[in-house]
Amino acid sequence: MPPIINTDATSLRSEPASSSEPKDPAAFSCPLPLPAGERILLGHGSGGKLSAELLREIFLPALGNPVLDRLEDQAVVALNGIRLAVTTDSFVVKPLFFRGGDIGSLAVHGTINDLAMGGAVPLWLSAAFILEEGLPIESLKRVVVSMQLAAASADVQIITGDTKVVEKGSADGLFINTTGIGRVRDNVSFSASLARPGDVLLVSGFLGDHGIAILAEREGLQFETQVVSDSAALHTLVADLLEVTHEVRCLRDPTRGGLSSTLNEIAESSRVGMELDETAIPVREEVRGACEMLGLDPLYVANEGKLVAVVAPSVAQQALHALQSHPLGKDAAIIGRVTSDHPRMVVMRTPFGTTRIVDMLSGDQLPRIC
Amino acid sequence: MKYLDEYRDARIARALAAEIRRRSSRPWVLMEICGGQTHTLMRYGIDELLGDSVDLVHGPGCPVCVTPLETIDRAIALARRPEVTLVSYGDMLRVPGSDTDLFHVKAEGGDVRIVYSPTDAVNLARSFPDRKVVFFAIGFETTAPAHAMAVLQAERLGLKNFSLLVSHVLVPPAIRTLLRHPKNRVQGFIAPGHVCTVVGCHEYEDLVREFRVPIVVGGFEPIDLLEAIRMLVVQLEESRAELENQYVRSVQYDGNRPAQEAVARVFTIADRKWRGIGPIAGSGLFLKPNYAAFDAERLFDLADICAQEPAECISAEVLLGHKKPTDCTAFGTRCTPEKPLGAPMVSSEGACAAYYQYRRHLVTL
Repeated sequence: MPPIINTDATSLRSEPASSSEPKDPAAFSCPLPLPAGERILLGHGSGGKLSAELLREIFLPALGNPVLDRLEDQAVVALNGIRLAVTTDSFVVKPLFFRGGDIGSLAVHGTINDLAMGGAVPLWLSAAFILEEGLPIESLKRVVVSMQLAAASADVQIITGDTKVVEKGSADGLFINTTGIGRVRDNVSFSASLARPGDVLLVSGFLGDHGIAILAEREGLQFETQVVSDSAALHTLVADLLEVTHEVRCLRDPTRGGLSSTLNEIAESSRVGMELDETAIPVREEVRGACEMLGLDPLYVANEGKLVAVVAPSVAQQALHALQSHPLGKDAAIIGRVTSDHPRMVVMRTPFGTTRIVDMLSGDQLPRIC
Repeated sequence: MKYLDEYRDARIARALAAEIRRRSSRPWVLMEICGGQTHTLMRYGIDELLGDSVDLVHGPGCPVCVTPLETIDRAIALARRPEVTLVSYGDMLRVPGSDTDLFHVKAEGGDVRIVYSPTDAVNLARSFPDRKVVFFAIGFETTAPAHAMAVLQAERLGLKNFSLLVSHVLVPPAIRTLLRHPKNRVQGFIAPGHVCTVVGCHEYEDLVREFRVPIVVGGFEPIDLLEAIRMLVVQLEESRAELENQYVRSVQYDGNRPAQEAVARVFTIADRKWRGIGPIAGSGLFLKPNYAAFDAERLFDLADICAQEPAECISAEVLLGHKKPTDCTAFGTRCTPEKPLGAPMVSSEGACAAYYQYRRHLVTL
């Protein structure tokens, strides 16, 4: 018999979680406001409004339960008094190899980071491979070795796996799905719903490096200085942060959809507004240049080795210092604060002293024509 | 970033804004033509910076927005044909036609590709001789030279599987329509700097003389636009109407001659319909008869496809500067970038979309 997992409804939320009554499958009806005949668009995978629509209209009505409904990057469940963080992620990056990493190291880092953002010490990973017929064995070997190196240096083990092969054309080289399990530290409970007016927003470094490194590789773009993906495991950075304070409301890694999607999610979930200072947001010169050329906004570009922290105002400076003292956080910055004004909206103060909205991405970010 | 940060300098911006406020004796109604300029004004909150000193209204210069609904329906019909690869700039894919958009056609299995340059479309035609590659050639005078060069390149390569679905529009006839309108309130224009980089300034000088309206050719960065607004306000306060060039680092009086020659070789001028405004005489570029072999409208017989605009949309009044996006009762409620009712909400460079994206925290919906 599988172990009974008790959901931990008290530690993460100030208000009680919604009903945990099991759904009667016969009574279940999926409220599908999406018009019949609609299809999945690439934008449904962008982490923006369309992704949220899928969650709201397809996944949660069917699969919802108190743990899933929290919509954190990891589920936290309790087993015999031990809190475990569980997360799963799929990796479909193209190209498989890029400056600063590959699909294998990315899968390990991404999964570790989802655990770390829940305040967990990452312990075990699974790895499932979907291989396209015709993939060079050498590519698979490189990816697997890279996963092993990434896991070893992060002190986690890959303890189970699976391999499937599909016909040529049914996948794009190689996809990886991972699941991660970690142990949540005592006395921490982070949630996107816990941001309060006055809280301070930090990021751990330059934004947009991963997305631009991938795009540059894909489009064959050349810059004076090559942008390298920031793919990295952030659990030791989180550990250093938690050494100095537990007054952390929420940690998130701003992956697809970038900083703007992450902040909008937190603002939505906590029903608060956010005010950013445009001049304080760290973006590399090369990334800004590439975004100018491609008609993109760095705030929407993916990161794979950065975190966003929402912390109590009293510990903001300590938190900043802790991040900056770690090699992966040396360019960390305070970028804004949480406010009770304009709830559920992220507003940016421009260098001109004016304000503008930083909206959630609607569909994919598209290059503008002129 | 060199050559850009100088034009985004907050200290200079504040000084220019202060000067505009000081010099302006009443809220002059000024219009920027180009969607890229609208985008910058909204992104940097230039309207907020200038307060009541000027009344900024936003022109019809978003090429994605003014592409007629039926042209989008034609692109969609093409993309649904099994033998066709439809190639487009990215931001056209989201624009809804009468019943769907190109993203959905792609999801249905249509072969739709995004490129940054029409040359990429020519290369696709070379690489896939069995496919009929159609490039969705939209835009103002700015993109026309690259589209003309693509046709010339395809001709030189002897490609039989490359064509353009052309929806090219010209700026000066639109300004003329706007100025002749009985309800016109625009008192000065910021002309589109990139269009003038290609075509030069002659036609704008004609407009200044014909309508005694000041026009300043402006760039796209916030300092460019503030400088152009300042130049317009100074002219208006001094009762002058002249053509001035703020964007001297890019625009020369005669424009880019080789680019103009390429356009003249491939395209001819005729009447064109603008989404949200309607037909404007002499406002469109069409492929010349000797390039008919590259004209998708002829090759694929698309003339039967027609479409009707939603009645609630006030896009004509917005695009002609009579109303602001926020004057519309559907703004931000029944009309959003996800479900646009009309032209100015469909692309991020449209006035309604720019207001929605950047400024809606300042309005009550």
